[in-house]
Amino acid sequence: MEFTLKTFIFYGFALMTIASALAVVTVRNIVHAAFALMVTLFGVAGLYVFLQADFLAATQVIVYVGGILVLILFGVMMTSGRLEMRIHIERGQLLLGGGISLALLMLLLTVIANTPIWKNLTDDGTQLAPTTERIGQLILNEKFLLPFEVVSVLLLVALIGAALISRKEVRD
Amino acid sequence: MLIDYLPIVFLGVFAVLFAAVNLSLTHLLGPKKPTRVKLSVYESGVQPVGDARQRFSIRFDLIAMLFIIFDIEVVFLYPWAVVFKTFAENEGSGLFILIEMLVFIGILLLGYIYAWRKGGLTWD
Repeated sequence: MEFTLKTFIFYGFALMTIASALAVVTVRNIVHAAFALMVTLFGVAGLYVFLQADFLAATQVIVYVGGILVLILFGVMMTSGRLEMRIHIERGQLLLGGGISLALLMLLLTVIANTPIWKNLTDDGTQLAPTTERIGQLILNEKFLLPFEVVSVLLLVALIGAALISRKEVRD
Repeated sequence: MLIDYLPIVFLGVFAVLFAAVNLSLTHLLGPKKPTRVKLSVYESGVQPVGDARQRFSIRFDLIAMLFIIFDIEVVFLYPWAVVFKTFAENEGSGLFILIEMLVFIGILLLGYIYAWRKGGLTWD
């Protein structure tokens, strides 16, 4: 019972992710595509939950759904006012895109096939504790302390870069 | 493990139901006597000027970028907050990780001050 319900919900999230991802690349209205992307990102967050990565799932919702998507919508609003765009795709682009997608698929399939923990995750998986606490312990101990502080430097660089670029655009 | 997410599911379901029920009930039950004023974009508000679908100023971009950067900062505060008590009680290193987080926030504060001083937060 537990297993079947879980499987059912998993396929629900998987379907939601794939269907909305297809909508992102096929819908012609770019704003609709952005909102479809929101559904995709939510679906991926759901899949993270199934991978027992609860912190990652929360981060996905906070950063991607809450932040990146807003940035994409801003990007749409700041570029052309034409919402309906006919995107012309050349045969070469189609081949290149298809090739890259196929290579990515092969890579992912290889990773899936070679991941030993995969079998454990399809079990009940109750032995795995919430990850937020463990991540906290790791980044605040000596082990990952430096990477943690380097993250703030990285964010600082992004911040200064954003401030510089926006400033330049205004003067033009 | 999945049972822990039940409150979130309930929240989502109730949010959708609340919006759907309210919208459909007012649509079905509410009297419809439209006038020109009622149908304006902001009834008893400011008259709309021009089309909404125009280009937005690039200055919003900086606001969005700043939002994402501090959004990511907040994400790092969560695991810190979760383990702070254990660190302070069991290992006696509460001050240590407090300083760690202050350094983390301090570095970002520098960037914030930079953006501020550069006039990124003013509208002129």
